[in-house]
Amino acid sequence: MKNHVLRPLWVAIAFVALILLARYVMVPRDFGVQGDSFTFNFHRAGNVDEWKNMPAVAYLGGETCVECHDEQGAALEDSPHVIIQCENCHGPGRDHPETENPATMTIDRSRGLCLRCHADLGYENSSRADLPGINPEEHNIDTQCVQCHNPHTAEFKEDA
Amino acid sequence: MVDPLTIAHGAEWTVKHGFVYPNEFIYWGLTIVMYPYMTGLVAGAFVLSSLYHVFGQKDLKDIAKFALVFSLALLPVAMMPLMLHLQQPLRGIEVMFTPHFTSAIAAFGMVFTTYSIIVLSEIWFVYRQYFVEQTRALKGSTDTGDQIKRVIYNVLTLGAYDISEEAVAKDHKAVTILAGIGIPVACFLHGYAGFIFGSVKANALWMSPLMPVIFIMSAVVSGIALCMLTYIIIMEWKKFRAVLRKGLGDESVTVIAGVEMDVMKKTSRYLIGFLIAAITLELLDIIFRGYTSMKSWDILREVMFEEDFTKIFILQYGLGNVLPFILLMLPKMTIRRLFVALCLILFGVFMMRWNVVIGGQAFSLSFSGFMNYDLPIIPHNLETYREGLFGALTVAATPFIIFWLINKIVPSMKEV
Amino acid sequence: MSCSRRTLLKNTVKGAIVASLPISAFRLLSPAELKAAIGDEKVRWGFVVDTTKCVGCGFCVKACKKENEIPYDAPITRTWVERYVVTRDEKVHADSPMGARDGFTSARIDEETMESGGEHTAEIEPAEIAKAFFVPKLCNQCEKPACVQVCPVGATYQTADGVVLIDRTWCIGCGYCVMACPYGVRFFHPKYKVADKCNFCYHRISKGLKTACVQACPFGARQIGNLRDPDDPVTQTIMNERVSVLKDEYGTKPQVFYLGLDYTVK
Ligand code: HEC
Ligand code: HEC
Ligand code: HEC
Ligand code: HEC
Repeated sequence: MKNHVLRPLWVAIAFVALILLARYVMVPRDFGVQGDSFTFNFHRAGNVDEWKNMPAVAYLGGETCVECHDEQGAALEDSPHVIIQCENCHGPGRDHPETENPATMTIDRSRGLCLRCHADLGYENSSRADLPGINPEEHNIDTQCVQCHNPHTAEFKEDA
Repeated sequence: MVDPLTIAHGAEWTVKHGFVYPNEFIYWGLTIVMYPYMTGLVAGAFVLSSLYHVFGQKDLKDIAKFALVFSLALLPVAMMPLMLHLQQPLRGIEVMFTPHFTSAIAAFGMVFTTYSIIVLSEIWFVYRQYFVEQTRALKGSTDTGDQIKRVIYNVLTLGAYDISEEAVAKDHKAVTILAGIGIPVACFLHGYAGFIFGSVKANALWMSPLMPVIFIMSAVVSGIALCMLTYIIIMEWKKFRAVLRKGLGDESVTVIAGVEMDVMKKTSRYLIGFLIAAITLELLDIIFRGYTSMKSWDILREVMFEEDFTKIFILQYGLGNVLPFILLMLPKMTIRRLFVALCLILFGVFMMRWNVVIGGQAFSLSFSGFMNYDLPIIPHNLETYREGLFGALTVAATPFIIFWLINKIVPSMKEV
Repeated sequence: MSCSRRTLLKNTVKGAIVASLPISAFRLLSPAELKAAIGDEKVRWGFVVDTTKCVGCGFCVKACKKENEIPYDAPITRTWVERYVVTRDEKVHADSPMGARDGFTSARIDEETMESGGEHTAEIEPAEIAKAFFVPKLCNQCEKPACVQVCPVGATYQTADGVVLIDRTWCIGCGYCVMACPYGVRFFHPKYKVADKCNFCYHRISKGLKTACVQACPFGARQIGNLRDPDDPVTQTIMNERVSVLKDEYGTKPQVFYLGLDYTVK
């Protein structure tokens, strides 16, 4: 019974060893400082590539749409709405062309869609004032805008 | 049924008004209030016990052993609210695996482990003789209960059966050294809880170099108060049993009462000292903020003097600090008054944690909006249990259960 | 004897701390590794927001949420647009209902952005308005990100091209990074239960696409570019125009630059 004083120390060391073992087993091999800074670059290296592929691209861009929808593409071409991406109004186009499933595209005929830009808020010195504005509480209330306006050409619908 | 994906974490108990950024909620709720409160109690209890072991404050002898075991009972509980709070509790251990030391939380695992090792070893040294004695005493017994007990004690001796005078003297020495190391570590453990908050530069209320010191002071206050309170309850219970057994006028009753009052008077002197230090620092912090009037002062002032006035000035400073202070200073102390004062102090420190943690999120990062914390009372899902009243109650009740369990093996009240 | 015991006790503590340090933190790098680490990296992503062009249509927010699969009806969002209305009596009204996911279609200011029920809205007479404008916000991908500094487990970090990412398999969800960000861009993802925020659509920019918000903006109010390329329009803007950043007092060095920022912007 020379040095019983050290007994707790052995227990502590065993405990620490256990944690280090668990650490060895559970921490991915590529975890560490990946750049020059422990403060900002300490992480699992593999995660960067994971983010490069996650999630799958959902917004494809207008060029893809007009490959098939040349009619709408042409309509938009010489309209002031040409600046607006198709997918802003129709939702993300992922899966749509491949499956050719029209159900994945939404056709939003709500007034809210057009009012995002055309509601007149009276902000004279903001660029919102540069857009043709209407008062949503007066301009043909309770009727969809697309009843009278063509959303693509931004023209007045002759047949309306 | 609400789609759980539409519920943002925090949205269930946050009420916004004014201009608040969309992603802002009260992310750190009641559990995080409990965390520094609980660590505070641990640190405080340990410091109290060390005052005897290291500095030989003889007047604290009786409470020291008790405080030591109690701080062990509080240990796992300091970690509990943190685990409850994590969105991924199972990954909590990563703090030990890949600690990112530029984060104040990263060291938690290590500081906490170190501290636990110290407390456990100290208790081992204090009780080793007892373990050995028990192992020997229970040797012949055929009772299964006794045999299980014997195995436990035998394991607890860690094979060190030598209880010669020389060996026991070594134990005492070790206790002194461990208690000595323990004090700075306990203070660090808690001051560091203050650092977690004080170092968040984005939070105008938290960011202050005084935060760690304030946290240590109020931690010691609450730790001492809780030890005293529990001590009173246990002594009263003993007195009550003595009365039952031997009748009211018996000598043993007066002896117990006398010892109790004596210990309490001496301990409360330390309590008052730390209380004054804590309040002074907190006031200094407020005065400084007001005087320097940085950009954030406008919103801080609004939070302190309007939104949270009751919580800060009435509940925390008034009810939790000034009133118990007066109660403690009045002459002719009685156990009952002391009891009330101690409860108020514990409440005051709790309110201080509340006002720091929740108060720090009561205003928006935009400095022009507020968030009110709507404490979830009746839990309707896991989230509202964990972050709600019942989660906190679970945390608060655990140390007493653990203490009761530990006392079955390590009696901390034996010689009292 | 007593002396050696003391040393040993001390060593317990020391040993416990030292043994659990991540070995990798002290590993010596080989010259090749060092070069890769310091990096003559060819790309550093930067962003320019021209607030004068923004009309508050909110298509960027909608696109961001759908592109990055952030639950659409949850109030959290990776990017959002704020509206500021400064009245003639110099009061500042600001709001961002649902992060402006549906744009700003009414002149009423939603001063209580949550569960308002329309109670706390402010109607402001057009004649009262001195100036009004919209400010899109997103993660600033700071050069010195406060959120990364405080992550206890190394679950969030800065990539070599300057974007701050979050490892969804490693985040413990403590919320410290959420607290540390002065811009309020972080939140908990309701599905993955880990911290989340804008990452400049890392999956898009690393494929050569624009971010979803940049592509969605009809007015060119948002631009992303490579700050290491002197001919990049974004770099050009930052070099030649008077740009500013948000809350530079925090020393985070944001990499999102603003044109036409007002002092009232929070
Ligand atoms: C590979 C060809 C192809 C591409 C590319 C394509 N579509 Fe389609 N789209 C179709 C077909 C086929 C239909 C179904 C025929 C129809 O109903 O007119 C359709 C239907 C639609 C509809 C009408 C849905 C309905 O309910 O009537 C919308 C809106 C639409 N597409 C939008 C888009 C947008 C926006 C894009 C670009 C992201 C796009 N499409 C790209 C082939 C394509
Ligand atoms: C400003 C919003 C907006 C934009 C931009 C827009 N659309 Fe539409 N689109 C609509 C609306 C609204 C309808 C429904 C029209 C109706 O019901 O009369 C529609 C209808 C359609 C249809 C159904 C057939 C039809 O013409 O009614 C297709 C296909 C379509 N859009 C494709 C496109 C494509 C492709 C683009 C991009 C080149 C595009 N849209 C851009 C709003 C928009
Ligand atoms: C992203 C903003 C935006 C949205 C959303 C939008 N528009 Fe437009 N709209 C514009 C712009 C920009 C112009 C051209 C303004 C100009 O003349 O310079 C315009 C022009 C128009 C015009 C022509 C006004 C004129 O004086 O000739 C009409 C009509 C119109 N939009 C209707 C609609 C309808 C209907 C919808 C909903 C389907 C809609 N807009 C959605 C931006 C938008
Ligand atoms: C009942 C048919 C009808 C409906 C529904 C309707 N409008 Fe119009 N809108 C008109 C007519 C007619 C004009 C041209 C006469 C005018 O300037 O008032 C017009 C003009 C406009 C203009 C051009 C104003 C300008 O100053 O040049 C815009 C923009 C516009 N509408 C947007 C909308 C929007 C957005 C909606 C839906 C919220 C909508 N309209 C619904 C009939 C309609």
